[in-house]
Amino acid sequence: MTRISSFEPLWFARLVVGAALAVIAVFLMLPLVAIFEQAFVLGWRAYAHAFSEPDARASILLTLAVALCTVPLNVLFGLAAAWVIARYDFRGKSLLTAILDLPLSMSPVIGGLIFVLLFGANGWFAPLLALLGIKVIFAFPGLVLATMFVTMPYVARSLIPLMQEQGSDEELAALGLGASLGYVWRKITLPNVRWGLLYGIILTNARAMGEFGAVSVVSGLIRGKTMTMPLYIEALYNDFDFTGAFALASLLAMLALVTLVAKALVGLQVERVRG
Amino acid sequence: MKSIPAFFRRPSALPGFSLTFGIAMTYLSLLVVLPLSALATHASGQGVAGILKTLADPRVLAALKLSFGLSLLAAYADMILGILLAWALTRYRFWLRPLVDALVDLPFALPTAVAGIALTQLYSPGGWMGRLLGAIGIKVAFTPLGILLAMMFVGLPFAVRSVQPVIEDWDRETEESALTMGAGWGRYLWQIVLPTLAPAAITAFGLAFARAVGEYGSIIFIAGNLPLKTEIAPLLIVAKLEQFDYTGAAIIACVMMVLSLAILGVVGLLNRYFTRYLR
Repeated sequence: MTRISSFEPLWFARLVVGAALAVIAVFLMLPLVAIFEQAFVLGWRAYAHAFSEPDARASILLTLAVALCTVPLNVLFGLAAAWVIARYDFRGKSLLTAILDLPLSMSPVIGGLIFVLLFGANGWFAPLLALLGIKVIFAFPGLVLATMFVTMPYVARSLIPLMQEQGSDEELAALGLGASLGYVWRKITLPNVRWGLLYGIILTNARAMGEFGAVSVVSGLIRGKTMTMPLYIEALYNDFDFTGAFALASLLAMLALVTLVAKALVGLQVERVRG
Repeated sequence: MKSIPAFFRRPSALPGFSLTFGIAMTYLSLLVVLPLSALATHASGQGVAGILKTLADPRVLAALKLSFGLSLLAAYADMILGILLAWALTRYRFWLRPLVDALVDLPFALPTAVAGIALTQLYSPGGWMGRLLGAIGIKVAFTPLGILLAMMFVGLPFAVRSVQPVIEDWDRETEESALTMGAGWGRYLWQIVLPTLAPAAITAFGLAFARAVGEYGSIIFIAGNLPLKTEIAPLLIVAKLEQFDYTGAAIIACVMMVLSLAILGVVGLLNRYFTRYLR
């Protein structure tokens, strides 16, 4: 261990690093280890068996499908919102930013509840949905809506500081030379923010695949139909099928580890771009 | 372009405002504003009497008290742990530091239900930590202490990440001049470091609180969920929904949002006060 400041007493540095490592080990590492230990406690065969269940496979596919619908829509919104906020001054901009941040300071359960109030049995749009024969709550669209709400801010939040720092000089120069706006977006704006965009996509995807509170409210918990992986893990756990629950959980834990590595690497690139 | 009145925004040479503003506003209106107005309408559907009736329920009151009390406590603990971890990660170079730095975000990346069953497994009487703590008479799982632990877990990354950049951008010269001029290390920490860190620490508190008070997935497994004792407010919203009591659920949700926004408002004011006081 080396200190950045030589003025800092060595005993203090040792104390701080020791305490920090202890917190990381007990508080963060141990739960991670426990997941894999529990998943493999009955051996490889039991672990593999957990994934051969049709309901488990359905939950994995559903989770992927929800993320696949959520991420592109939030990318489109995030790009548009970041462009508006980073490039223009207009009335109500701070209100727009506040609304954008709202899902971050709200309980995910409320994020699910609001869609039940709109599309549920007594909801505002219940008569319309009945007329059209569409099911939103306790069905796939509800899962996507709730996930979209919870993950909405991440892409925009990752892009805004980057776009603000880079300014619009390059874009204005290209426009002045006669380039079209679409061309400028494709050739200048997007390449300049690509690492920030990737960062936002990584966060959105991790949140989308792992979301629990919001989707549990709108899911209706029909096995094999509307249970995403986190919801199916809860069901297995409540049935005392701990190996099954932790086996599926280990898959999500691996996703989290991949997310952490990707986040760290892409984060370094973002720092490099920002200088 | 011409459809937007000039007083609405400052003129810009960049085209594309209408298109991108339109997309962003449509998305926000449909996904946030419309659903939240449905929430407000449902909550006020039975007037003030309905709100008071829901709030007078001892079960609701107990859940709100538990949720807000414990998340304030968890935010405070996260603030202190956040300063500790941020300090350790920025002021020293040690083996595995990049790994430890990446691991700080684990509670953010780990799905909450996974964190929930892992913590419950660890801290239940048969688990590794549960046995250890049980030997000295501390019960964690299925008690308020377990809820506090889960809340601290999910809020920690936000606390660390708000303090870290401030220590990173530290002015090394101030530190060196203070210390060469004879201030002891303890006095330096107390009189210079702590006040400089105050605004970031307050932000850390606010973010950790916001995350903790609404948390659901990682808490419900370890909480035990006994009404009046270990039942958190978000769980009560789910319970009301399961009984198709939409109004009750909406009222608890609104009260939670108003209370948290009020607390976050105070946090924002404190932050501004400390930032100004330092200048």
